[in-house]
Amino acid sequence: MEYCKNAGPITPSLRCMTPGLEHYLVVSALLFCLGLLGVVTRRNLLVMYMSLELMLNAANLALVSFSRFNNNLNGQILVFFIITVAAAEVAVGLALIVALYRKRQTAHVEDLTTMKL
Amino acid sequence: MGLPDILFYVFAFLTLLCGVLVIANPFSRNPVTSAMFLVLTIISMAGLFVLLHAFFLAAVQILVYAGAVMVLFLFVIMLLDLKEEERRRVKKFGLVAGLVSVGAIVTIFLKVLLASKPGADLPVPMLEGEPAALGKLLFTQYLLPFEVVSVLLLVAMVGVILLSKKDLK
Repeated sequence: MEYCKNAGPITPSLRCMTPGLEHYLVVSALLFCLGLLGVVTRRNLLVMYMSLELMLNAANLALVSFSRFNNNLNGQILVFFIITVAAAEVAVGLALIVALYRKRQTAHVEDLTTMKL
Repeated sequence: MGLPDILFYVFAFLTLLCGVLVIANPFSRNPVTSAMFLVLTIISMAGLFVLLHAFFLAAVQILVYAGAVMVLFLFVIMLLDLKEEERRRVKKFGLVAGLVSVGAIVTIFLKVLLASKPGADLPVPMLEGEPAALGKLLFTQYLLPFEVVSVLLLVAMVGVILLSKKDLK
């Protein structure tokens, strides 16, 4: 608890080494950009999907840190719902990938260029 | 700097390092290694959640993500034959375009963060994310969303069963 004592009015915010809200937000922003980089550059459907999960997790981290530093529990409830929906989304998305693989024998986006199955 | 401060830097570093290894592993292009590093990312992020006193969410993160979701990923990776992925090369143009656009977004994020200083003049954090408080809120104020999410899970389950039938029409 005492480690957050001067997390409030930090004037040179990022120069202070004690982790405050900004530190968590920077980690979250970098993680989000890593996920985005994965989605943009990798061409394998499964790895792209994992990068999407990375982006969702970055959003979760930002929400939890906002919730903690604003003394408001609603952010954590939202993260709880996001985790639930993400689990459902992963199941549906992977089922779609498997169905696509059965038709086309590939999980590579550059081989999936037509709209018709 | 106390122990929690050092732990923050350790976990943040681990999270970002394993995140990099998920998308670009110099040693292996196998999706299984990506999945394993995603598990490590998620576990170190659960450590960050503990440092933020969100104990319940840290447990849920490990149980749901590192447990259920990653097992699903590994199942599908093993189900599909992805040997040829290792032979493919990354296209130069896509890599450069991706790096430039993501670099621009990183710059925007960091500039906004530095300019707005969201952590300034906040009160001392007292919040404890223990299961009791979270559950109380979940079953009073958020009862309707909770029920809707259960319906959503049912819909997802039915959809997945339908999608994975042999003769998909």
